[in-house]
Amino acid sequence: MSLLRTEGLSKEFGGVSAVDGLSFAISPGMVYSIIGPNGAGKTTLLNLLTGIYAPSGGRIFLGDTDLTGRAPHEFAAAGVARTFQNLQVFFNMSALENVMVGRYGRERCSLATALLRTPALARAERACREKAAELMRLVGLAEWLDARAEAMPYGALKRLEIARALATEPRMLLLDEPAAGLNAAEMREIGELIGKLVSRSHTVVLVEHNMRLVMDVSDQVLVLDYGRKLAEGAAKEVRRDPRVIEAYLGSAAATVH
Amino acid sequence: MMSWLASPRTGGFAALLAVIAALPLVLSNNYFYEVAILVGLNAIVCVGLNLLIGYAGQISLGHVGFFGLGAYGSAILSARYDWPPLAALAVATIAVALLAYVIGRPILRLRGHYLAMATLGVGVIVSIVAATEDRWTGGPDGMPVPPFKLFGGTLSGEGAWYCVVGFLLVVTVWLSLNLIESPTGRALRALSGSEVAAEVSGIDSARHKVLVFVISAVFASVAGSLFAHYSGFITPSKLTFLHSIELVTMVVFGGVASTYGAVVGAAVLTTLPQLLTVFKDYEMVALGAIMMGTMIFMPKGLVPSLQAWAGGSRVRKGIP
Repeated sequence: MSLLRTEGLSKEFGGVSAVDGLSFAISPGMVYSIIGPNGAGKTTLLNLLTGIYAPSGGRIFLGDTDLTGRAPHEFAAAGVARTFQNLQVFFNMSALENVMVGRYGRERCSLATALLRTPALARAERACREKAAELMRLVGLAEWLDARAEAMPYGALKRLEIARALATEPRMLLLDEPAAGLNAAEMREIGELIGKLVSRSHTVVLVEHNMRLVMDVSDQVLVLDYGRKLAEGAAKEVRRDPRVIEAYLGSAAATVH
Repeated sequence: MMSWLASPRTGGFAALLAVIAALPLVLSNNYFYEVAILVGLNAIVCVGLNLLIGYAGQISLGHVGFFGLGAYGSAILSARYDWPPLAALAVATIAVALLAYVIGRPILRLRGHYLAMATLGVGVIVSIVAATEDRWTGGPDGMPVPPFKLFGGTLSGEGAWYCVVGFLLVVTVWLSLNLIESPTGRALRALSGSEVAAEVSGIDSARHKVLVFVISAVFASVAGSLFAHYSGFITPSKLTFLHSIELVTMVVFGGVASTYGAVVGAAVLTTLPQLLTVFKDYEMVALGAIMMGTMIFMPKGLVPSLQAWAGGSRVRKGIP
């Protein structure tokens, strides 16, 4: 039984197809990577899979639930969490509070409870704080527990988004170019973190430009070109596929290979 | 001890209580009391408005409309229908909450300048209705409002009003601090930080925007009801567009996303024009200069800037 499944998923912007009739399925517990040249539709696909865009056609299922056309917060409630390529951090809060926001779906309370700050809420808040701190340690942000988000460096903010996404207790975690802008050491750490998440039986969808990271961590790779599926399979197979090489390097390179 | 004093939930709250309790020692005549009561009522509106503007990152240039609806609702029900003032206040508040919900649903889909325009309309409509529906409101001449009655007694005298408004301000600040530190409050702050990230974290942004709009309208409405009973007379001249702008200015001047900032902003901008009367003809010039100077040198507003200076290196290191 697949965790996430799409059927003929399409998205058009003013007559131009950014994603065109995509069907694929992601099994639980795997790292599923989506790659492709610039403009292949990777970010559009991620926005479709989190409800930020409504599809022009096709369907999205999480388990048995049809999420097609739902709002992003409903995707989140169903168990889809994500990070952003261009950071979307709450810079008006502390790092810890950023992660606590991720626990909204678990900790939400009535307006009266919030206004009166009942003892039960105060207890729940302490537990929430502790869980958020735990997640920050998990992603390697122990030294930033007391920091304001605006004071943190870029690499740490990327992890902060991962911690916030994990705080929703997702069934599936979508990472949008987690290695972009990181140096080699930081990138290795992100790779290790993804490995750690999988060992905790998380399902990870990875959109990434860095081939080394993709080849290192992926169980399955989907290659997009012009919004269509160019190839899909295990990392090693995909890397040798002449169509993939052509899309990335041009047809001459494919013949030489 | 220092951390206890530095925490807004304890230190700031203790300071607010102390100021409200100590102020009568220096309020030597009724005029001072009157200014203090106006400060309190403005501060109640500003604390609510700050939830909307400062924390949730939305804008309203029409909150004087909700203030006016509370005022006229209380005035009409208690003067024309002989309702007990407390019941009139309650019904006016509920009606304003419902209205804010109905208005908020469509207009809070707008952002930035467009939202400002739409909310501006709310305030303008209320003041026009108040000025033209003279059978109900007395038209431009206004209408008298009976005194407020509480527990069988009539609320009269500046001292008694000071206590009631002071108490309500404390309650308002307490509710606001509680809300901001709750999951709901974090959701509101997340909206102004990044709406898309809030949504993918499971927060229904439309619902929360409407929620905070309604809460801020309720605070304004209650203050309006009390203002009507306190002054004993209400006219549309209290509901000008300019007053909406003043309310937003108080919030920004005191410091957005700071509950105490809203209180301080209301206090400073309500009393400053009174103090500046010594400049006679140059009163407005002096007020404008002070406001410009403050925003240039304290762009985050009074309270957050002073906190940052007091915190010094702590803030620069990123420790809250």
